[in-house]
Amino acid sequence: MVPKAETAHWIAAAVALMLGLLLIAEAIVGPEVFRRRAWRAYLFPAVVVVSSVGLWIITILSTFSTMHLLAHALWAQAALVAGAVELAVVRGKLRSPTWSLVPGVALLVSGLAFLVHEPNTWLYSRSAFLHHAIGWMLVVTALFPLGQALRPRQLVWRVGFALTFLLLAVLLFADRDAAPIFGRYGLGGGP
Amino acid sequence: MNSEYATSIPREEAQEPVVRRSWRTLAIQLLGPLTIVGGIVWAVAQPYRIVLLDRAGQGIYDYLFQAPLLVVLVGLAFTFCVAPGLVEDLEAEELRGTEG
Repeated sequence: MVPKAETAHWIAAAVALMLGLLLIAEAIVGPEVFRRRAWRAYLFPAVVVVSSVGLWIITILSTFSTMHLLAHALWAQAALVAGAVELAVVRGKLRSPTWSLVPGVALLVSGLAFLVHEPNTWLYSRSAFLHHAIGWMLVVTALFPLGQALRPRQLVWRVGFALTFLLLAVLLFADRDAAPIFGRYGLGGGP
Repeated sequence: MNSEYATSIPREEAQEPVVRRSWRTLAIQLLGPLTIVGGIVWAVAQPYRIVLLDRAGQGIYDYLFQAPLLVVLVGLAFTFCVAPGLVEDLEAEELRGTEG
């Protein structure tokens, strides 16, 4: 019994919301305080790795189109690599701030996958609208980890990276399998 | 000595120091509750998103994963699992900063 696509998107949204809250909290208190307890330091990378496993399961179930299968596989792989690098950073195995480029590339690749695998135009339906919106949002926000790699001390990059996940959560929670883009106000798609 | 003029000196009682919470502590404490409020407001605004209130044609996943309730759940998890320890560590750090 396979869940509906919107259900899977809401679960992903909940994970993104949790990640966003953790990153915002880390930006507020600073990495030194946030990583004082080991379990808290490992929480973000662990959630990313576990969510990549979830994405692999969704990949297995997304056999209805080759593009969907490839896109989900790409997200799963991107999340796995980003989570693994973050684990190594927290563990102290990787020290250079340039490793922030890896989540940046993961966001960029994920955004491009969103854009490529959506066959319909922006105003076709809410789902199509959100795929385009999320895709471009991820492509643009890939600049935050890039900034973190180049200017690691500036808070704006860390906050921007955190807000990326909160915005992603909002967009994913708004997803419906079939709905007009702006609900009762209509525009695109069928009810 | 006239006791109307010479009164006893009131004993100074040790008072609890006024603890001012920093904006960072307040922000951490507010993150979870604000998320919970967001989920509740969403549920009130779109009650048809809550399957328990609109059961027609719903499956097991619809009961397990109801979007506004997921938001509330995440808020609760942050409020009770992450925020208390974080606030404790932050206050200890700030106390160390003022002493040192």
